Amino acid sequence: MFESLFYILIFPGVLFVSVFGLAAEVMDRKIYARLQNRVGPPWFQTVADFIKLLGKEDIVPIDANPRMFRIAPLFALTSAVTVFLYIPLWGAQSLFSFNGDIIMVLYLLTVPTLAFFVGGWYSTSLFARIGSVRAVTQLFAYEVPLFMSILASALLANTWSMKEIASFYTQHPYYCFFNIIGFAVALVSLLGKLEKVPFDIPEAETEIVAGIFTEYSGRLLGILRLTIDIEMVVGSALLAAVFFPVGMTLAPVIGFLLFIVKVLIIVAIMALLRTVVARLRIDQMIDFCWKYMVPMAVCQLLMNLVLKGILFR
Amino acid sequence: MRPGKMFGEILCSLFKKPATNMYPAEKLDMPKNFRGKIVFDPAKCIGCKLCMKDCPSGAITINKVGEKQFEAVIDLSKCIYCAQCVDSCPKKALEATKEVELAQLDIKKLKVVFGANPKSDAKE
Amino acid sequence: MREEEKFKIPIGPQHPALKEPENFSLALKGEKIMGVEIRLGYNHRGIEKAAEARTYVQDVYLLERVCGICSHAHSTCFVQAVEEIAGAQVPKRALYIRTLIAELERIHSHLLWLGVAGHEIGFDTLLMYTWRDREIVMDILALLTGNRVNYGINTLGGVRRDINKEEIETINNGVDILEERTKYYIEVATQETTIIKRLSGVGILSREDALELDAVGPTARASGVKRDIRHDDPYAAYAEIDFNVITDDHSDVYGRTVVRVKELMEAYKIVRQCLKDMPDGPITVKVPRKIPVGEAISRYEAPRGEDVHFVKSNGTEYPERVKVRAPTLANLRAVKHMLKDRFLADMPIVVAAIDPCFSCTDRLISVENNGSRDKQFLTWEALRNYSIEWHRDKGIDFTELNKNFRKRLGSI
Repeated sequence: MFESLFYILIFPGVLFVSVFGLAAEVMDRKIYARLQNRVGPPWFQTVADFIKLLGKEDIVPIDANPRMFRIAPLFALTSAVTVFLYIPLWGAQSLFSFNGDIIMVLYLLTVPTLAFFVGGWYSTSLFARIGSVRAVTQLFAYEVPLFMSILASALLANTWSMKEIASFYTQHPYYCFFNIIGFAVALVSLLGKLEKVPFDIPEAETEIVAGIFTEYSGRLLGILRLTIDIEMVVGSALLAAVFFPVGMTLAPVIGFLLFIVKVLIIVAIMALLRTVVARLRIDQMIDFCWKYMVPMAVCQLLMNLVLKGILFR
Repeated sequence: MRPGKMFGEILCSLFKKPATNMYPAEKLDMPKNFRGKIVFDPAKCIGCKLCMKDCPSGAITINKVGEKQFEAVIDLSKCIYCAQCVDSCPKKALEATKEVELAQLDIKKLKVVFGANPKSDAKE
Repeated sequence: MREEEKFKIPIGPQHPALKEPENFSLALKGEKIMGVEIRLGYNHRGIEKAAEARTYVQDVYLLERVCGICSHAHSTCFVQAVEEIAGAQVPKRALYIRTLIAELERIHSHLLWLGVAGHEIGFDTLLMYTWRDREIVMDILALLTGNRVNYGINTLGGVRRDINKEEIETINNGVDILEERTKYYIEVATQETTIIKRLSGVGILSREDALELDAVGPTARASGVKRDIRHDDPYAAYAEIDFNVITDDHSDVYGRTVVRVKELMEAYKIVRQCLKDMPDGPITVKVPRKIPVGEAISRYEAPRGEDVHFVKSNGTEYPERVKVRAPTLANLRAVKHMLKDRFLADMPIVVAAIDPCFSCTDRLISVENNGSRDKQFLTWEALRNYSIEWHRDKGIDFTELNKNFRKRLGSI
């Protein structure tokens, strides 16, 4: 009982993942700044912002549905944190694991976007509503290639469980390289999930203010910001666990450090990607996803099917 | 068309020193002829008040305090730092300095009086 | 389409896409813009009226502050008009210095625009790099004139500061670096896929429309209209300088970007020529404080387009009337045309593409009664009384407040 509570609340649950998320955001912003030849924020910036937001007043618009408006951020945060419990951190073992957990992880990762939609829609602001509609439109575009590329990796390992995927790739570490196209597709899709440039369309600052988050303030905004940070860490961790689950047989401490490094490398690659491009329009984004990303993901799937036939005859 | 055209440039920046100046820890020097805070030399003033006439914002006032003795009151909150008064002054009694950090919490401190007695320093 | 299918979204007066208060009311259907209403007047400062209460010398500095970015444009334009009335023969060297500052200002304004355009399409990296490089030209301007934005270099009958050898060297070095960087930005703007995707085909203004809607400056030149006051009606030293008028026939935001980056290269050429050909001699001639009776119109090619000043004098030290037509006003009608049938996502970049400067544009406020279309113009006194009465009705009495305020002002 106490052990489970410790897992959920402290490690690797809420507390750890929040701190990790905030630290990853600092790193992301710092790299972004250095790439732009700037200094960037100090190391405590995100924590300071979070504490400041917690101390501020929550303002709920008169026209908004207060219950939905308040519940959506919490819902998003909970599902994002839950994902982390299913991701193997070291020794090919996550806390809770069953055959099919990868499906559940993908499902739980979709929930925050839907919760954002609900929150934005019920805040009744015009900007938030446009942002909500854009977020859902975008969801249909990036979700398909993301799922397909992750499932392609699982297909090669012939399992629906993250634990088994990890142990499969630990036995055959070179098979990771077969999934390189899938990894690229998943990484770009993750940019869409995290609403970062070039896919930050739902919160495009110069068009619709802050999009979904326009009406949020105080603690609720703090929770939303934290959710996005956690989503970033969790998404990167998922990619690391699915595409590069190497080094899982190492001792727990070293294996865990290796995992953190893998996540941070993925965060750094995303920072690099968002520095070199401009924001796309929603129609261009959907075109891009269906014209390039989906065919690439399909290629990966077919390739893995063929490979499976050759390798495990 | 090339996606990621700026890639090389941004990677170089990663290993370069940031272009940011860490103001206020390190301060940049203003160029020699910068038009900052105006200072007044009462010894040279002849009280023609041309500066008062030409000041676009009415920031400078010259008061007669004694026989051939004048003091200047410059309201820094009104001054637009155009230094027209420096050009207008026939005796070069006014001069623009490089001083730019003039913000004050107390509005009264923005009114600078340059006393008629040149020995006493300008009190702020 | 039924009326309820559309919904209206206010962009401004406070909105992150606009750096100055202005209101664009967009009627949207989904993401598509069905109609645009533009409302000006949020930033009326009464500069024209204030100019009548100041002497000509003071007005130079007042009118310089019409715009923060093209401050030299407005002050030169005004000074030219007054010199025309007074019949002053401005020395050659002064004209060359004015041209030099004008081109340096164009460089800083266009680099600023490139960064803003990058920001509007979500490409902040471009913003950071162009603004970093813009510091070079800002430092040069500060060195030459004594300030970074409001240069205060103009005076009636010439310029206030001369240029020496060391400064010429600094300018040459700075311009060399900037030219190198600008070549890189031309490559970025014309090759980076996401930039081209966001810019080409957006905000189309055909040549005919540009002529009909009186577009000016880079907006018109990007539609193939060869219209440049520096070339058509040369002022300052432009008649003696060899430069090309850049035009482009893309007619969209991409074309406007190309025109601006290429104009940067022309500006470097002009700066070098100015420094090389600058004659020796005095930099100012005396202009009397009392300007004889007369009136003049002066035109100037500001970085954003044609700037027009009208000055009427009555033989005293104070002008009778000063009228300013900033280039943004001429381009606003074109914006309305360009936004039609585009997407909401294109709105910021289409508005930014004319390089708007709304504060310069606002010359007049007209108060409209809601519901009725009758316009009613109030005098200053009537407007003041109306405001006092209106607040008294709401239970706020300013009489006491005003008294206290006066007292406090007096005590400082």
